[in-house]
Formats: sequence, C-alpha cells, structure tokens
Amino acid sequence: MYQEILKKYEPTKDNLIYILHDIQDNDPQHYVSESAVQSVSEYLRIPVNHIYGVLTFYTMYSTTPRGKNVIRLCESPPCYLRGSDNILAKLKNTLGIKTGETTSDGLFTLELCACLGLCGNAPVMMINDDFYGDLTDDKIDQIIHNIREAK
Amino acid sequence: MKYFRSHILIETDEASVQQGAREVMNALKQELAKHNLDQEVNVLETGSLGFFERGVCIAVYPDDVIYGNVKVEDVSSLVSEHFLKGRPLTHLVIERSEKKNIPLGYDKRIVLENSGNIDPEEINDYLGVGGYLAWEKALLEMKPEDIVQTVKDSGLRGRGGAGFPAGIKWSFTSPIKGVQKYVVINADEGEPGTFKDRLIMEGDPHKLLEGTMIASLAVGATKAYIYIRGEYKLCINRLQRAIDQAYEYGLLGKNILESGFDLDIEIETGAGAYICGEETALIESMEGNRGIPRTKPPYPGVKGFMQNPTVVNNVETIANVPAIINKGADWYRNIGTAESPGTKVYTILGDVAVPGLCEVPMGTTLRTIINTYGGGMKKGSRFKSALVGGAAGIFLGDNMLDVKMDFHNLAEYKAVLGSGAILVINDSVNIVDMLESVIKFFRHESCGKCVPCRNGNEQLYKSVRKIKAGYAGEDELDKMLLIADTMQKTSFCALGQSLLLPVKSALDMFKDDFLSYINKKKAINK
Repeated sequence: MYQEILKKYEPTKDNLIYILHDIQDNDPQHYVSESAVQSVSEYLRIPVNHIYGVLTFYTMYSTTPRGKNVIRLCESPPCYLRGSDNILAKLKNTLGIKTGETTSDGLFTLELCACLGLCGNAPVMMINDDFYGDLTDDKIDQIIHNIREAK
Repeated sequence: MKYFRSHILIETDEASVQQGAREVMNALKQELAKHNLDQEVNVLETGSLGFFERGVCIAVYPDDVIYGNVKVEDVSSLVSEHFLKGRPLTHLVIERSEKKNIPLGYDKRIVLENSGNIDPEEINDYLGVGGYLAWEKALLEMKPEDIVQTVKDSGLRGRGGAGFPAGIKWSFTSPIKGVQKYVVINADEGEPGTFKDRLIMEGDPHKLLEGTMIASLAVGATKAYIYIRGEYKLCINRLQRAIDQAYEYGLLGKNILESGFDLDIEIETGAGAYICGEETALIESMEGNRGIPRTKPPYPGVKGFMQNPTVVNNVETIANVPAIINKGADWYRNIGTAESPGTKVYTILGDVAVPGLCEVPMGTTLRTIINTYGGGMKKGSRFKSALVGGAAGIFLGDNMLDVKMDFHNLAEYKAVLGSGAILVINDSVNIVDMLESVIKFFRHESCGKCVPCRNGNEQLYKSVRKIKAGYAGEDELDKMLLIADTMQKTSFCALGQSLLLPVKSALDMFKDDFLSYINKKKAINK
C-alpha cells in the first residue's frame, strides 16, 4: 500500500526524510506505522533500526497513531513570556487530555513544540499545517469549537 | 502591458495568513470586480509590511496609504470609500505620525529592500527592481576567484550566529578541483525568537536564489540545496515557485546565459530538529540520518554532503551577496562598523509597543532598536532585561542598553549577536522563569551525542526546578555555573557550549531573582 508513495522517489538513503514526511502526511492518523517502516526498509535497503532512529530523532514524526488534528503549542521563551503555559492549561482543560495524549473521539492530539518562528504573534500553535497566533482562552474555545463543528 | 491606476499590496506572510489575509484578498478581488474596478486596480501579494499585532495590513500605491486590521467585513466600505469616492477609510489607516515613529527604514535596507514592495511570487517584479543583474554580472563578467575576493573584501560575516567571514569560507572550497561540489543554504531557522529568514524567503525569494547562484558560481558548485525547516510551508511553496520561474527564464539549468556554467537548485525539508542548524548536523539530515554533528575537521568546505566539498551559508548571509556584487565591496564596507560591515535584521519581541522586525546597520545600539523600531516599552511596563541572540543568547540589563550591536562590540561584553532575536522582558517577570524556559528548550533539543550536553542540560533543568520549588540553597547557583561552564568547555558542538551564556548572564545580572525564590521558601520553613 505504500508503493504508490515509494515509487515517486529514487531508492537512495538521502530521500528517507521526504519519504517519511510523505507517508505521514498521507496517513489519516498522522503517523508512520510499523508496516510502513518495513516497506521503506525494503525499498531503500536500509535497516529498520536506522529508520526508527531517524523517526524518533525528529519531532515532526510520530510512531504512534495521532488524532485527526495534531495541535502543536510552542513552549519556547518568546511564547512563554506571553503566557503559553496558561494556554497549555486551557487546552488540557478544554480537551480533557494531557500533553502527548489523544482525545477519545480521535479528533485531537496535544503536543508541545519548539519555536515556530511566528513570535510576533506569541503565543502561537499549529493545528496540522495551519498557524494560530495571539492565542487567548476565548480564541482556544472558538478554534476547538469550529473544528468540532466542522467534523 | 496592462496599465492599472492603483495597486493594492496585501501582505501574505504566515502571520497575516493565519489572521485571514487570504480571505481579505479574495473579498477585495470580488468587491473590485463587482464595481468593475478589477481592470483598474491590481491586487498583489507581498511579504510582511513590517507591522505586527495589526492584523492584516494592506498598502495602496501610488496613494501610499497603509491600512491595518483589515477584516473581510471592512472590504466593501474600503472599496467604496477609497476606490469609488477616492478618500481613505480613516479608521483603518495606520497613522502617518505613527509610521514616522516606527520608521520602516527602507533607505538602509539591503536584504529586505524589496520585502513588502514587490510580489514575491512574480519574477518580473524582481527583474523590474534590478533583480538578477548581479547574477548576470557575476556570470558574464567575473571570474569565480574575483567573486570570492569581492565578498572577502566586503567583510561580509555569516549571519547564522557564529559570524565567520563568508569570503574566507568560500576560499577554502573554491580552489578544490575535479570533484562534485555543493552549496547548501541553511534555512532551518529554529532559534527561539527568530524569524528573519522566514521573512526574507516569504518576502523576496528571488533575492535568496540570486545569492545562491552567485555563491555556487564562486565556489564552482553545480548543485545547490536550500534546506528549509518542515514547518515553513509558505516559504517552501514560494521558493519552489521562484525556482521554477528561474528555470523558465533560463537563469538556472544547463549552460546558463550561454556562459557554459550549469546549476541546479533543489529544496530540502527538515523534520523538526534545532540541532540541524549546525552545519554538519544539517548535512547528516540531508543524507537521511539522525541530525547529529560530525567531528570537525574535516570541515564541510572540504568534506561535506556525500563526503564532497560543501559550502553551508545562512539565508541572510546569502541575501547580502547580490548587492555586494552589484555595488562593490567598498560600498558595503561603508555600511555598519569596521569589523562588522553591512546591516543586520533583528526581530524585536516581547514587551515592546510594536513587536516586529527591522534591518539596521551593524553597530546600532540596543536602545535605538528598542525605542525607535520597537516603539519603546509596552504601555505600563518597565524594561528589565533583553534576551539578545535567541535562546543561546544572553540576558542584558538596562546598564547595557547602549551597547553597539555588532559581532565585535558584543564580544567585549561576552555577548553574542546570534541570530538577531531581541526578546524584551518587563520588570514583573522573574528571570528564573525565563531561564527555566531556555533550559527546557535546550534539554529538549540536545541531540544526545555527547555526555556534557545530554546530561548537563538535564542537571541544569533539575537545579532550576529545585530553586523554583524552594528546595535549593545558594550553593545551587554555584553548581549551575559549574555545570554550564563544564558544558561550555567540553561539549561537542555549539548547542551544549552556548548554555553558559544565558545561565551566567542571568546569575550575574539578576541574582536577586534567584534569591527571591530561595529566600521565600526559607522564610516559610522558619
């Protein structure tokens, strides 16, 4: 099932990062599964443990299934200065989960991340590929509400 | 060519897009079409106009009016007032006086001269402001060694943090013959508080491409990569578009402008690791490995990507190159200071009135940057400290506000320019809390290769938590300093080595903040 993605790339090791991105982006649960790793390993002829080494090194990858919407809240100093810890508490409260967990309806996963480079609008978070800045408790309510409605 | 009576420039950088810039743009186009104005008024996308916390900003030329906080519901009145009745919609105009207070400083800009003035998605706009003239000049009139010499003479220093002279870096790789050489542009911007490279790539991607082309010619590389962090989707799309256009115009590819020189440029994306800003870790990542730094020497200039000579430069460094080739080394030397010529892009954040970016000559004081370009402190807050240079920077106190910001002068204060992030902190903030956030960042981003960094960060984090929880005595402070100092002396790469800067400066300048935590608990225990 991963052949469609794999055959877009030359079977050389320097394509590993892109292949993993591509697989994860096309997975409804935003992760790279064990069977995907196996397929990549066979295609690129590199050991499974090398691939897991890479997967667990970079923060954008996940080896466990995640929610439909992956929330990544920045906790770097500029966001911290503007109250990112309050926003984290608000998110945990609203979603009823801890950092790293997924809601039982499979809609949200909450993660922390390092600087996203939108510090002019701190505190900032990303939900999948979209940025949300100047966060307040009210904004969080609204954003989460909108996504829940839209499902 | 079609003639338009007005141009609307709408900023579509990431920050504006998340505030609805695209919706506003579509509404504008629809509204203009409704009034049959779409053949008279042109709507263009551009990079950041330099205003932050002002929502979606648009500029109207030739009227030279800038509107802020534009929402979709404002569009119909904006079109009817400004374009039908010909008078500005006053309540959204960013005041002239305000604009004067916060100069945009276009006259002094080099790398951001076009950002906010041209459509970054249109190569003709870049050509219209003299773009790719330097590439043509370098390609047809200059020998590679002349280019290297010009950049050397200009005194251009790397803007990624370390400040290594770019021309000297190139001169190691340029003479190597008979092997495939590479140029890699480091756009893995991850230093907390820094987004200058994002603004350069979003606002003027062709300038970065032109610089990359010249650098490749100078060192004899026929293949160049731009390594962009995975989160910067807009940068990736804009640069890809720019690359496609450059191929279409024959500025890239085989036998460029019949010079006999071949060059291909490709975009590589990261996957979220701060350490990949370190050049050898970046190369490891490009090869499909964990981003762990390599032993130096051999330096990448001799053995880099695929064990071939590779020049790695920061985005801002390379964006300076076209101007240097066009106007010459002497012109460049006249800007900034003797040891650090040129300009520097700063991002001013935190408790200032107008957070944002500015590009000013090297040697401008911190006070000027904060008061003039940041609009001073936010109402009702007083200056306590500025974390200068990103997380790997130092906490400066108010006694150092008049320090000249350049590589040389900051070094005298044992400080660094770093990536140019200035995080202004007000006096209600305890520096220990900020330091905790800094240490937490490094603890997470340490790659784990060497013990001092991997373990040192963990111990520093434990110490600062202990202090905050009130379980520590004053001796904990000496312990922190000892750990940070050991990390500085023994860590494998700059990541572990740089912790000493924030830790030592926080302890030196703001010891009272630490003591307030330590003594508070003591008082309770009594």
